[in-house]
Amino acid sequence: MTVFLQLLLSGLMTGGVYALVALGFVLVWKATGIFNFAQGQILMVAAYIFWAMLVQLSLPLWTAFLVTLLCAASLGLVVERFALRPMIGQPLLAAMMVTLALIAVLEGLVTIIWGSRQEVLPDFFPREPVRLGSVMVSQQLLVAFAIAIGLFFIFVLFFQRSKLGLAMRATAEDHQVSRSLGIRVSRSFALAWVIACIVAAVGGILLGSINGVNMNLSFLGLKAFPVVILGGLDSIPGAVIAGLIVGMLEKLATGYIDPIVGGGFAEIFPFIVLLFVLLVRPYGLFGMKRIERI
Amino acid sequence: MELPCGTFNERYEQDMAIFRRKVHWAWFIIACIFLACLPLFAPAHALTVVISIAILLVTVMGLNILIGYCGQISLGQAGFMAVGAYSSAILTSAYGLSFWLALPCAGIIAALIGILFATPAAKIKGFYIVLATIAAQFIILYAIMHLPSLTGGYAGMDAPPPRLGGITLDSPRSYYYLALGIAGIMTFFAKNWNRTRLGRAFIAIRDNEFAAETLGVNLFQHKLIAFGICAFYAGIAGSLWAHFMGRVSPEHYTLIQSVWYVGILIVGGMGSVVGAIFGTIVYQLLQEGVAALAPSIAATFPGIAAGIFAGLGQLIFGIIIMLVLIFEPRGLNHAWTVLKTRYRLWPYTY
Repeated sequence: MTVFLQLLLSGLMTGGVYALVALGFVLVWKATGIFNFAQGQILMVAAYIFWAMLVQLSLPLWTAFLVTLLCAASLGLVVERFALRPMIGQPLLAAMMVTLALIAVLEGLVTIIWGSRQEVLPDFFPREPVRLGSVMVSQQLLVAFAIAIGLFFIFVLFFQRSKLGLAMRATAEDHQVSRSLGIRVSRSFALAWVIACIVAAVGGILLGSINGVNMNLSFLGLKAFPVVILGGLDSIPGAVIAGLIVGMLEKLATGYIDPIVGGGFAEIFPFIVLLFVLLVRPYGLFGMKRIERI
Repeated sequence: MELPCGTFNERYEQDMAIFRRKVHWAWFIIACIFLACLPLFAPAHALTVVISIAILLVTVMGLNILIGYCGQISLGQAGFMAVGAYSSAILTSAYGLSFWLALPCAGIIAALIGILFATPAAKIKGFYIVLATIAAQFIILYAIMHLPSLTGGYAGMDAPPPRLGGITLDSPRSYYYLALGIAGIMTFFAKNWNRTRLGRAFIAIRDNEFAAETLGVNLFQHKLIAFGICAFYAGIAGSLWAHFMGRVSPEHYTLIQSVWYVGILIVGGMGSVVGAIFGTIVYQLLQEGVAALAPSIAATFPGIAAGIFAGLGQLIFGIIIMLVLIFEPRGLNHAWTVLKTRYRLWPYTY
């Protein structure tokens, strides 16, 4: 029982990180209708920038943090303005391929600048785990979890109460209508990318501090695909809940299926979930049922 | 060069011909003779480049049938290539099958796996398919890495070179004709594909699924066939690649490879065989260029030497894909057509 609880809880915590990454996907999808495959790479770039600020330029922690967020935001602006805006009105494959090419560009840049080394961030969360009853939780994951939940509430408020958030939702709904209502569609797009990149940067810094800064960070972006699909592409609560579910499923799979198949099963288990969801309920748990089936 | 003011078809055969005019035939025969004589004077490295282009072309051609003709996007091509490569390597080394039997078997096994993963993918639309194929890519690679008794796991396994009569095709010079010949056959089929009933059905699905269905095209079945053909091409390419390298290992078949294959198709121009050829040549020459330039760049900027080999090719081709998408979404093939038309009509605009 303790093992089960331990797996469940650590899964929940990992799920918090997935939720954080998935939020970035959902934000861009909601506002622009583009699935940003490069979310994981943006996360990795942000982690490298943070490492460079903190270790190579030895800036203080908070300055480094703010500079990283600023860099991420400008990256989002640049990508949106020069790569994605020409794709408005283009077929699905074109917009998708731009974000896929972005993967290559960002990974290439990181390899050229930092040489794909394995770097370690100085600890700024206490390393020793917290004891909750009979189970242990890593404090870093706890912080990541808390931040994911906090961001979730901020976004819910933002999209339901603020004028800007409502404008972004209107943009996602219909470009023509929102234009006629005086919403600047291009600004909504830019804002969505900036927010998504900042979220990715926060995720990158958290994960960089937990796992170290390396090229594998971008793999997390891929692992968030199943989360996004399970939760529904256009649902922020869906992203968070599905993140937690996938995190738990993954840890349970590690605990109970790995001994049978010989390790590493957690890497692909989310993708099996993904195939299953696509078969049964392609619009996800909370997504809008707009997807047409044959 | 004299050019006609138009092509006039008086018979059905003329209308159906791939090479419409004598000049085309002449160019084709010259190209064939050139390619056939190339091993006589070209260095081995140049032949390796041509072989890589030929093998890459086969896989891109398969993807072209799926994406360019049928309109279904797949990011699992490298995974299906891996299936072909491994099944061919296993069949030849463990079961002692001849390469000439293992090659079609590799294609068929890859096609079956492709159809298996396409079953969920063909039920859904648009970019959900992409996610399903990404899932296929990961699951295939996971299976390969975690079945070490069969596939050698992370380390990979050997693939013996093919034998033809008493000759072992283990040098670029001897493998050249094999790779080019098979690439030629596959190109011929790919080119003719869109002229069959099935090919026209694919194009109908791409242009409008609903209309295609009302015309009696069974969407699910045709999408499965398209995925199967695409994976068959990937399997053949994988098998060719495995026996050319003499070794298969999982790191040649990662997701980023799948992205490159789609990228090659986009750079070349979707929905045309010539486009696939253009894209493949551009990609491979770029890789060669980077490999040739990297040492001098590394010498100029010693600080970034470590990453320049791995990163530069990726960076440049990523930027090329973006630029093509932004400025010439129909690819190099379209640019080439425009250029030809301009040349023919010059100095008039039409």
